[in-house]
Amino acid sequence: MPPAPNGRAAARRRRARSIGGTVLSLVLTLLGLLLVTFIIGRVMPIDPVLKVVGDRATQAQYDAAYQAMGLDQPLYIQFARYLGDVVTGDFGRSISTGQLVVDDIKRVFPATVELATLGTLIGVLIGVPLGVIAAARRGGVVDQVARVVALVGYSMPIFWLGLMGLLVFYGILGWVGGPGRQGIIYDGMIPTVTGLILVDSLIAGDWGAFKDAFSHIILPASLLGYFSLAYISRMTRSFMLEQLSAEYITTARVKGLSERAVIWRHAFRNIRIPLITVIALSFGSLLEGSVLTEIIFSWPGLGQYITKSLLAGDMNAVLGGTVVVGTCFVALNLLSDILYRVLDPRSK
Amino acid sequence: MTLLSVRNLRVSFPTRQGTFEAVRGISFDLGRERLGVVGESGSGKSMTGRAILGLVRPPGIVTADRMELEGQPILNLPEGRMRRIRGRRISMVMQDPKFSLNPVMTIGDQIVEAYRLHAGGAKPAARQKALEMLRAVQIRDPERVMGAYPHEVSGGMGQRIMIAMMLAPDPEILIADEPTSALDVSVRTEVLNIMDRLVRDRGMGLIFISHDLNLVAQFCDRVLIMYAGRIVETLAAKDLHQARHPYTQGLLNSLPRLDAPVDRLPVLQRQDSWREGDTITQSLETEFPGGL
Repeated sequence: MPPAPNGRAAARRRRARSIGGTVLSLVLTLLGLLLVTFIIGRVMPIDPVLKVVGDRATQAQYDAAYQAMGLDQPLYIQFARYLGDVVTGDFGRSISTGQLVVDDIKRVFPATVELATLGTLIGVLIGVPLGVIAAARRGGVVDQVARVVALVGYSMPIFWLGLMGLLVFYGILGWVGGPGRQGIIYDGMIPTVTGLILVDSLIAGDWGAFKDAFSHIILPASLLGYFSLAYISRMTRSFMLEQLSAEYITTARVKGLSERAVIWRHAFRNIRIPLITVIALSFGSLLEGSVLTEIIFSWPGLGQYITKSLLAGDMNAVLGGTVVVGTCFVALNLLSDILYRVLDPRSK
Repeated sequence: MTLLSVRNLRVSFPTRQGTFEAVRGISFDLGRERLGVVGESGSGKSMTGRAILGLVRPPGIVTADRMELEGQPILNLPEGRMRRIRGRRISMVMQDPKFSLNPVMTIGDQIVEAYRLHAGGAKPAARQKALEMLRAVQIRDPERVMGAYPHEVSGGMGQRIMIAMMLAPDPEILIADEPTSALDVSVRTEVLNIMDRLVRDRGMGLIFISHDLNLVAQFCDRVLIMYAGRIVETLAAKDLHQARHPYTQGLLNSLPRLDAPVDRLPVLQRQDSWREGDTITQSLETEFPGGL
């Protein structure tokens, strides 16, 4: 067939162009993010020079620091320098911790990733089947229970649930570890490899440390998982209902397939694609939005770090954290885009 | 020989305004023949097909004095037993292949699934059967089509694939629910001829649901005319133009005719009395001794 090679080349060109387009939009998004954080950093009514030299410095000292920080340059040059710094991984020094912001983030971000990952895992493993069953038995007992569970998940303030959880499961029952990531005896005992304590303790082969870390993470992760479960189960249910009323489902039933095969093999395969986006977005929001949970559980994570820095007027730390969270969001979107293309035959 | 026998079939849906009856007591027998079911939208023709397959979902209620497949009652069977009849003994082809094929499964997987569900056997054998079925519906490049997704084939091809898939387990009855309405006029005849040939070769019974009177007249042996959930007239397809029921006559008169051109086609006048009237049966005894 003569047209085939031609068509294949065209398809390859098309694919190359679509990948190129994705990368370009990714770069533009990141640039926009940096521009916004840069402007926020400059318009904040916080004098960064004063933060460095202190309020008892002489005018000469102040001016010297002002120049050393490059603030006498025009804004576009300052932005170009900022870009250069960020690309080389330099977010400056945090004023409150006295350390490089990059090192601070390396320390706190894994704690947040660990919590958010486990939370999302719980949300997906329970939320997706719950949503599917609720849709398959619409109006049935499972559907009603799922509705109430999701409603409570949406409407309960997380700090209240967190405090109640601590009171019941830690204070009264003693089933879980208390606030923090580890008990005192294990603190600093596990060599840091990934920064995820559950993983690091397994690498070190320290079963006790793993159990300790697990008992600390399970309550806050369950809480976050509950919130993402509420969202994921509702979205799954509505995606499934849409598919179950589709014509090809009738075809599957006419074939004589069992209800289980109709639901999982036919309908569920078609919702994997939108579901991935929902899960990625929910994971992204847990990465940045678990501030309240981190504070209640004294979880040394990114949310807590950014909040504390903001209250201390530590803009380098705030901007660094914001860039990290923003980059994660963009990366997750890209990832779900790629999975979309892998899973949806129509997009090839 | 009677394949399917239906007496006083009713399909109703409880609504807030009271019970809505989509099918109101219809009776017919299907032999190894091509039976056309004609009517306007909402006349209950599709619902009849779904009721036979046990696919009326709750809260819909199906009742009948009798609904038998080769003498065995199939009305309101438990799901598990009904599943062995669906696909294996009665199958259905729907209107638009764009929507009736699963968009994220390859065509091959979908045909193999239909076949293996009832015939069992190893995958390679099922694949051979699927290829054979695709050839039977005159798909030129079956190997390639097996690995293609539904969006990669045309409408006419999609409908031929549907027919191949639904006939793979060798059912005795095929319900074709407006199988050509979504297709281009140019491929309709082709799809119909393929379906016709396969149904004849296998000695199957065909229920052909359509709103296209001329198509049904050409294609079927016998026609049921449905109106408001009832069969108002049943007659041999070749006698369609001698229809006696005013509704059938009205339907025929509202079609343009090359041999009798008119300036303005008459508008179909409906009468409430048709809703309850008896079925007009035209000399079927001579056509089907021992039939209705």
